[in-house]
Amino acid sequence: MAANDDGIAGETSGLKIVTNLSVVFLVVLWLIPTIGLLVSSFRDRDAISSSGWWNAPFATEQNFAASAEGEFRQTPEGWVLEGNVFGEDGSGEVISFGGRRSEPNAFAPGTTGELVRGRTLTVETNGDYVYVDPDEEQPSRNPTVYFGTKVPPSFSTENYETILASAGMDVAFINTLTVTIPATIIPILVAAFAAYALAWMDFPGRGVLIAVVVGLLVVPLQLALVPMLTFHNTIGIGQSFYGIWFAHTAFGLPLAVYLLRNYMVGLPRDIIESAKVDGATDFQVFTKIVLPLSFPALASFAIFQFLWTWNDLLVAKVFLPSNSESWVMTVKIADDLLGSRGGDWGILAAAAFVSIAVPLLVFFTMQRYLVRGLLAGSVK
Amino acid sequence: MSPLLQGILTVIIGVGGCIGYFWSSNYVLDKYIFPPKGKDAGRNINRANAIRPWLFMLPAILALGLYLVYPVFGSFWRSLFNRAGDEFVGLGNYGLLFGDGEFRQALFNNFLWVLFVPAASTFLGLLVAQLTDRLSWGNIAKSLIFMPMAISFVGASLIWKFVYAVDPEIGIINALRASMGFEALDPLQVGFWNNFLLMFILVWIQTGFAMVILSAALRGIPEETIEAAIIDGASPTQIFFRIKIPQIMGTIVVVWTTITILVLKVFDIVYTMTGGNFGTQILPSYMMEYMFRDDGRATAVAFVIMVIVLPVMIWNIMQARKEVR
Repeated sequence: MAANDDGIAGETSGLKIVTNLSVVFLVVLWLIPTIGLLVSSFRDRDAISSSGWWNAPFATEQNFAASAEGEFRQTPEGWVLEGNVFGEDGSGEVISFGGRRSEPNAFAPGTTGELVRGRTLTVETNGDYVYVDPDEEQPSRNPTVYFGTKVPPSFSTENYETILASAGMDVAFINTLTVTIPATIIPILVAAFAAYALAWMDFPGRGVLIAVVVGLLVVPLQLALVPMLTFHNTIGIGQSFYGIWFAHTAFGLPLAVYLLRNYMVGLPRDIIESAKVDGATDFQVFTKIVLPLSFPALASFAIFQFLWTWNDLLVAKVFLPSNSESWVMTVKIADDLLGSRGGDWGILAAAAFVSIAVPLLVFFTMQRYLVRGLLAGSVK
Repeated sequence: MSPLLQGILTVIIGVGGCIGYFWSSNYVLDKYIFPPKGKDAGRNINRANAIRPWLFMLPAILALGLYLVYPVFGSFWRSLFNRAGDEFVGLGNYGLLFGDGEFRQALFNNFLWVLFVPAASTFLGLLVAQLTDRLSWGNIAKSLIFMPMAISFVGASLIWKFVYAVDPEIGIINALRASMGFEALDPLQVGFWNNFLLMFILVWIQTGFAMVILSAALRGIPEETIEAAIIDGASPTQIFFRIKIPQIMGTIVVVWTTITILVLKVFDIVYTMTGGNFGTQILPSYMMEYMFRDDGRATAVAFVIMVIVLPVMIWNIMQARKEVR
């Protein structure tokens, strides 16, 4: 590729700029949704509903109500009440005010707003207000001043604390981990032995078995749900962690056997044959030579299986009990949070990021193996 | 006992059991059944070697047979019975399915998914692979576009639910509409086109997959063919369509079929986004509606999915047979 790094392939600098710009455009397009949710997970409910996440770094306009405090003074104009909407110690900038809940932004600061029955309200930019009631009798209760002000951007981990402490996401996280660990480790070993047999041992029916594995790669999981749940109920494990471990192990096997066999077949024949000439048994060849050499393929499959079991919703919905103690994170989000906290975007966003944090970490640290695995499975 | 502890214990027992099985079965075979000594030493070695592959494969064969081969028949058999499973109804469940408007809708939508998602993912993947091929920061760009692969379908659905939100202060689509002076609307309730909004979530996830594989394929094209084309005065466009594409056609087909099969399994997105409402039902989510309520119908839907996958399966097996030979 070095030969046509610069313009030799008929590439002009104009084309290069266009290429750069289109890639920037695509990357931004691809990232925007995730960034939006990530930003929102750190904002509180009011901030989310008052301004879009793209405005999060900027101050937002929010409306507040301050009930006036203090005693009315009697003056020639009527009863007067003075104070500051931000309280005695607070400070801020009023950008609009009003005398009714339904019209909190009716007047501009510094002007005098006419309210009902001849009452007037003046609010300065710094929050000082003067309320005048021309009535003869002293007003029985203090008025409320509604005003809009700029709120500086604020980010907090409050949503994460809520979701982990009170919403039960911590239990779901542990459950996901519980499902994932055995379901990732056990199939590796089972598949590795089978893959070795299919790659390096000669026996009748080997070709057919390989074809069967390739065929099973695409069998839709949906077929297994009803018969296997019935089977689990028959042998007495019902809906339980055991059931989901068995199911994930079996569902991961075709890919595992296929990936590992493809890799093992490519190992140098000389090493294996000279080991056999030296008197090593198949078992020794496998454990001492093939297994260590196959580490990259084992890692690839482990990452796939980990991501798949961690992210799975279907198998968890069917093979795990449907009570809240057994919910994994995907079920928790899809069946519980989206319903009970449907409008609470901060909470939903935080839950989503709790559930995708670990896969993203695995993804970015082990991307090399993931790519290698994908290529081993697909490029002919 | 806490489930996590139970899980760790299962790992130990499972891994220990596997190692124990493989080691001891191998040991027994070599030591007692066909020991390579005595007058039959030669014959015994051959016999042991004929049995050993099956020992190695036994756990995998049992698991695959039970969880993937048997269900193909088990599901079909179950689909011939009524809801409770005690009355044989023949193909009655299939009749009910095709008489149900929602099922026909799901079938039609699935057809759209199968057409659109693999095509769009492969096209975008190829585009990104080609564009980033000679970029100095190409690997970073690829890594970012690949990232959605790690996100669960549920997580991705949530991310996009946010994009499609009705409130113009939340959903970016409606924010854009508002800035252009349009009324806010719920994109997920726009008949027919809402299907494509859901499909795009899967495209968003799968483009990275297509890109990684096609990028490797593009790199694997022999340099000479491209150089020869340049010398003959081919334009970059011609090089791409006439030289590169034909050489990676095989890989494109593999990517296309892999995504096609995935499309037929994904139920999470529709389930999380719309629950199959507003005319967005697809077969896997339709099946989940009947799962636990009417297993006869659920298995019938599963079998319909199987029948749709079957041609791809046969094609895959034929390709694999060609290679093994």
